[in-house]
Amino acid sequence: MTAEIYLNGKYIGEAEDPITFIEQFKSERRKGSISFNCNVGYDEKADTILLNSNEGRAVRPLIVVKDGIPMLTDNHLKQLEKGELNWNDLVKQGIIEFLDAAEEENALVAFTEKELRTEHTHLEISPMDMLGLCASLVPFANHSPTPRVNMGSKNQKQALGFYAANYLVRMDMDVNLLHSPQTPIVRTMMHDIYGDQNHPSGQNIIVAVMSYDGYNMEDAIVINKSSVDRGLARSTYYRPSVAEELRYSGGLVDEIGVPDKEVKGYKSEKDYRLLENDGIIYPEAKISEGDVIIGKTSPPRFLSSLDEYNLAAATRRESSVAVSHGEKGIVDFVLITENEEGNKLVQARIRDQRIPEIGDKFTSRHGQKGVIGLLVPQTDMPFSASGITPDLIFSPHGIPSRMTISHMIELIGGKVGALAGRYIDGTIFHSEKEADLRKELLSLGFRENGVETLYNGRTGETYKAKIFIGNMYYLKLKHMVANKLHARARGPIQLLTRQPTEGRAKEGGLRLGEMEKDTFVAHGASLLLKERFDSDNTRVPVCEKCGLIAIYDSHKNRSYCPICGDNVEISNIEMSYAFKLILDEFKSLCVYPKLGLANKY
Amino acid sequence: MAKNYRKYKNKLPESIMDEIKEKTEGMSDTRVNKVLKEAFNEYRKMRVNSGESVGLVGAESIGEPGTQMTLNTFHFAGVAEMNITVGLPRIIEILDARKTIKTPMMEIFLKKPWSTGKNIKQLALSIKESRLKDILVDITVSIVDSKIELKLDDEKMKEIGIINSKVVSALKKQFKKASIKKKDDIIMIKHKGKEDSMEDVYKIKEKIKDVYIQGIKGITQVLPVKRNNEFIIISAGSNLKKILKLKEVDGTRTTTNDIYETAGVLGVEAARQVIINEVNKVIEAQGLNVDMRHVMLVADTMCFSGEVNGITRYGIVSEKASVLARASFETPIKHIINASLAGEVDQLNSVVENVMLNQPVPVGTGLPGLITKVK
Repeated sequence: MTAEIYLNGKYIGEAEDPITFIEQFKSERRKGSISFNCNVGYDEKADTILLNSNEGRAVRPLIVVKDGIPMLTDNHLKQLEKGELNWNDLVKQGIIEFLDAAEEENALVAFTEKELRTEHTHLEISPMDMLGLCASLVPFANHSPTPRVNMGSKNQKQALGFYAANYLVRMDMDVNLLHSPQTPIVRTMMHDIYGDQNHPSGQNIIVAVMSYDGYNMEDAIVINKSSVDRGLARSTYYRPSVAEELRYSGGLVDEIGVPDKEVKGYKSEKDYRLLENDGIIYPEAKISEGDVIIGKTSPPRFLSSLDEYNLAAATRRESSVAVSHGEKGIVDFVLITENEEGNKLVQARIRDQRIPEIGDKFTSRHGQKGVIGLLVPQTDMPFSASGITPDLIFSPHGIPSRMTISHMIELIGGKVGALAGRYIDGTIFHSEKEADLRKELLSLGFRENGVETLYNGRTGETYKAKIFIGNMYYLKLKHMVANKLHARARGPIQLLTRQPTEGRAKEGGLRLGEMEKDTFVAHGASLLLKERFDSDNTRVPVCEKCGLIAIYDSHKNRSYCPICGDNVEISNIEMSYAFKLILDEFKSLCVYPKLGLANKY
Repeated sequence: MAKNYRKYKNKLPESIMDEIKEKTEGMSDTRVNKVLKEAFNEYRKMRVNSGESVGLVGAESIGEPGTQMTLNTFHFAGVAEMNITVGLPRIIEILDARKTIKTPMMEIFLKKPWSTGKNIKQLALSIKESRLKDILVDITVSIVDSKIELKLDDEKMKEIGIINSKVVSALKKQFKKASIKKKDDIIMIKHKGKEDSMEDVYKIKEKIKDVYIQGIKGITQVLPVKRNNEFIIISAGSNLKKILKLKEVDGTRTTTNDIYETAGVLGVEAARQVIINEVNKVIEAQGLNVDMRHVMLVADTMCFSGEVNGITRYGIVSEKASVLARASFETPIKHIINASLAGEVDQLNSVVENVMLNQPVPVGTGLPGLITKVK
């Protein structure tokens, strides 16, 4: 029985006895004479040995097991604790090895030490390491359906937090910083590993699971306005504006400075009022839509045309950087430097405080995201006998269909942690037991199931139902309405089609699409439909003889047909500009689109 | 009495008139008059107003539940042997008027006494297309004298009601040059003529396996079932023309789900009914609620030209009068080039063209015009 051997997919030879070959290979690797980056897989059916050492394979570390006993001993652990050993030492000693997909096929991996039998070849370092960083940040994740854990970890990536301590001197695009962030009370092992203490991303708040006048239905949440006034989930949005003095052919350069009034495209004195003499805005200036941040002029676009008309004083173009539509803020930081080519480079960072408002998005760590539906003053919020008011009210309808049990355990855990003054371990598969948490809650003087009698904040009546209330780690997500709100009545249009522009950044229109059009037709609202599509309506003079578009000369106030001349009937026809455009395109393709004019009725 | 009915003769459809006549038998004149008046008012209310965009409302009414259908993954039904295309794929199949459908099926109704269950199993199996390999136990090739020996399964033969001699004659029909002998329950075949190479013999062996024995071509599976106190045969595979010729079959009720076959055998009106029935079957199976008239409109549109056209760019869309409407569906360049070659004129009579031109569309409020005398 000779097995073929392939190294990185290339045939290199044969092995008489594949099993011994593989065993020998592995033992050599564990000894360190072969790199630990090499893996060997054996395909029994095809009787081939697959050696892999190339880059890009996903590998994962496992503890080597011999005869049902893990190679990693308590002795090792002690040495690790003392710092006499590190990870690389364990790998070098062949105690931990990395398996790739091919080698994993031949391995039998035990999940925990308890279930180890003699057949096992490897032991999982921790059940947690089958999850990635984000997923292991979900506490009690083994109590929730996988999709929810997945969503919970996705949501955490969008959370606002404290991303870098040197943020003051950084010029990152689109940065959000959460004010007074906190490290979670209910945490997992991963929080300690990745240094959550230095980069927290949420706040521990009081959550009540109840309805509040229906303002938290369909995944909305109600937030305590007084908490917001005290600084709950407040954040700052940073965004730099950049201007460069570019060089053009012919020795022409851009110029950063306050533009002259002669400059082509000069805005208005008011827009430039915040600029200092160097053409750059001063720090702490309050700016809003249209204000110029960095004044700049560029050389004229076509030099040749200048010579022709002999305009000695070249009219430069205005190319300042201004605050774009719908934005506001305060100038935070101004930086003047030069780029790689030695051109002057100016950056001005704008800061804008974002206070939670209706429509901002929040989430717990269990895929239970929601937007604020209402801000309620503390006086109107429900309160408990001990005088606790929730910061956030979460709807109970979010629970049964999604089955996020971990969400509810975290609430109890958070309550215990807050009352006992300690952190709660929610690491997947070896978290603190729910029963223990309940017992501790009982010993702290609360109902063991986490419910309390709440009182209606407005009437003072007790609620008939006991309300599930506790402490949870909530995250503010980067999707805030302030960045998304958009409406338009009039506004810019596209040059080619004369239809409204698209998108919020360009102050665009909201499209009435094909299917929306169908609803108008279905209702027989023919004239309303026409009116909705009037955005690109034009009047076109049409020659009645040749059926092509004629020309209107506004100087002489007459129309004529470029083909048939003056002595023809020319009528003005209303049509969409898009249709006029397609007629032109037909003509460019040598298709004659002849319009036949007749009275409609 | 008769005077009353005559008054409403052309105002109400005949079927409704007949029903009223039947139900009002023996009533007084005034009451009959009242009933007729009410019926007429009710009927008038139910009629579609002029200018109503029936096609679009129909499209929306079928399309909206269709989006829900995509979400349900029940696209196939039945046991492993009898798969039936249902759900969205079937709807697409019907509306596109595909020539070959995925799972052709027939519902074969029977005349008495077969409909009461007499010999139902044999009948069913005799309809089913059988080939030699279905009744074969063993097939051996003797290399020495290049003979092929067949051994048949008696039980299976009994089941489908066929005797040895019939098999032999079927073989004789297929292989005219071979000598076919019967010895006990073994059939021997020896090819005459040219010297046979071994290869040829083996080729013949394979051919023999596929020899047609009996049944109706195309019917791959049969299933006798009892429905409403009578036995019918449901078959996978379809061959309407031949099935209708059988003396046991009640041709007035037997149907196939193949639209083209129905159109070919029974005509376009029957095809229209098949379209309606098949679409309704899917809609009902999904537990959706679509008004019959929307489906009927679709079926009418597909069939009004006298042959079945699918709702595709080759089907009814290609028959649209307006160049612009056709171009706005699929393959615009093709339509524009052809229109320019032929000098087509677009009369702007329909919705799409007028939306493109930003003119009022001729439905609903866009329909009436105001005419004034200009002095």
